[in-house]
Amino acid sequence: MPEPTSEEIAGLIRPGRVHRRVYADPAIFEIEMERIFGHAWIYVGHESQVRAPGDFVRTRIGRRPMVMVRHEDGSIRVIHNQCAHRGAMVVAKESGNAKRFECCYHGWTYATDGRLVHVPLRHGYPAHFDPDDPGTAMVAAPRVDSYRGFVFASLAADGPPLADFLGYMTTSFDDMVDRSPDDEIEVAGGVFRHAYDGNWKLYLENLCDAAHPIFVHRSSIDAARAQDDTVHTTGAGEIAVRQMRQNGAPPEFWRERVGIWTYPGGHAFLGDYHDDEKLVAASGDPAFAEYLAALEAKKGTEETRRIMEVMRWNSNVWPNLSFMSQFRQLRVVHPVAVDRTEVHTYAFRLKGAPARMFEDTIAFANVTNGTGSPVLTDDLETYGRIGTGVTSQGAEWIEIGRGYETDRPDGKGGVEGVDSTSEVYIRNMYDAWLGFMAAP
Amino acid sequence: MSRLAPPEIESFLIHEARLLDERRWEDWLALFADDGWYWVPLEEGQASPRDTVSLMYDDRRLLETRIRRLAEAALHAQTPVSRTSRIVANPTVEEEDGSGLTIRAKFEMVEYRRDSRRIFAGTTWHRLARDGEGGFRIEWKRVDLVDCDAVHDGLSVPF
Ligand code: FES
Ligand SMILES: [Fe+2]
Repeated sequence: MPEPTSEEIAGLIRPGRVHRRVYADPAIFEIEMERIFGHAWIYVGHESQVRAPGDFVRTRIGRRPMVMVRHEDGSIRVIHNQCAHRGAMVVAKESGNAKRFECCYHGWTYATDGRLVHVPLRHGYPAHFDPDDPGTAMVAAPRVDSYRGFVFASLAADGPPLADFLGYMTTSFDDMVDRSPDDEIEVAGGVFRHAYDGNWKLYLENLCDAAHPIFVHRSSIDAARAQDDTVHTTGAGEIAVRQMRQNGAPPEFWRERVGIWTYPGGHAFLGDYHDDEKLVAASGDPAFAEYLAALEAKKGTEETRRIMEVMRWNSNVWPNLSFMSQFRQLRVVHPVAVDRTEVHTYAFRLKGAPARMFEDTIAFANVTNGTGSPVLTDDLETYGRIGTGVTSQGAEWIEIGRGYETDRPDGKGGVEGVDSTSEVYIRNMYDAWLGFMAAP
Repeated sequence: MSRLAPPEIESFLIHEARLLDERRWEDWLALFADDGWYWVPLEEGQASPRDTVSLMYDDRRLLETRIRRLAEAALHAQTPVSRTSRIVANPTVEEEDGSGLTIRAKFEMVEYRRDSRRIFAGTTWHRLARDGEGGFRIEWKRVDLVDCDAVHDGLSVPF
């Protein structure tokens, strides 16, 4: 089959509708890898993962294996994990520290900015062989930039700067970092890696979906509601059970108290949906009181109040990132195939906060992002069912029109849904998608 | 070298595996002490479930909720249900004192669901307290999967 033209691709999106091919056609997926993941700013990691010169961590851009590394000049580089000789993956460890990267096969050696610095057995190469050619290297992503510690890379030499790309979403990153008494957060506590047989776009589409919990999470909501709260807990189970119950908040609550906001570039955040005193506001938790005191001591009462009044649930930064400041969670979506996706999830420690806060972050990660979570497993099942469903030759158009006629400008350059169950954030992602996929 | 577990311990482990294979979740839960816990670490040699995430880390309260969910009608992640087959082997006594014993064993589990099979294998650790009537209760159980930190599709069934 010939590659679909830009006009054909543009025809796959209609007001409030998407053609099911967008989730099922391998040709569309290949174009996405090229036009979206080959150009857009893609989240690759956090500065705390590469503190010292030589620190590295393996990452990805789309399907490409990459390495994020702190170069000797202190800058962060993102380089392809491929030897320029015969193609071997050079960096085999998940993370570590190295002065140089040496390939296992014939010993070609690279500096931490990807430059080829040593070729053993130098005799016998043809005249065209030039170790100083920038293409004969662990080729670097042309653009790397960060915002408050969150590192992005783009495989395109030209394009809007990161700050423009993030736009108003910088306030969500601010929210994540401002909550630290020391204005510093760090990746800690292990990485969940889960996978499902469905398209990569489904993940962000679900993370701001306020209409699904009551259906998808019915089993854990009901099981948690029936739980006897006098039964023993270390504190971890209490957080999990409370979170499961919260997913069952009544429809009026989602309608009146939550909200959804979207911004150019495909980004969005869902308002917080917790009114549980032990979960996010955590006013009932002694560790939280201690934390508030630490925050006030460093930032003053006024600023502390401002920070605490920011109430956001998931913030999606299209195309591959979603994070949540209230419990310091972050998820990175890695497309594998049109019907296969991997998601890596991270937790962050707030510097200067009591240790117990991080234990709560871990307990919360287990219930919301855990591969064995009684909550997440139902989301993964749903993605898989969509993965199968869209291969059927049934309804041609996927409906993403909820709230279409009632979406309104939010006064900050974005569009908000009239209530949190609007699918405005999906339509907004497709606006961004079209910008990359069907640009003339 | 640790001592081979006595027959009553081996019987206990075989009985537990059978309850799980037969999806007798409430009966499995009843093996645990009132403040018992169940842990499947994410990392090899993970020291604590409190500062690092886990595939499953259930105190008694969460374990009860997990088990109750497995009997719910709207359980999407188990529609259709997983069938499992477990083999437990090599049980040894790692520790023994007046109150009970710590048992190490090996297990393999095949999970079949919706036309696909997965194999899980690893080491289990049980801290067993004598219940005073010749039986045991599980004070804690730890399951170290050989591929604990691998990419996994959803894990719905306890090991
Ligand atoms: S493939 Fe890397 S040195 Fe030959
Ligand atoms: Fe969900």
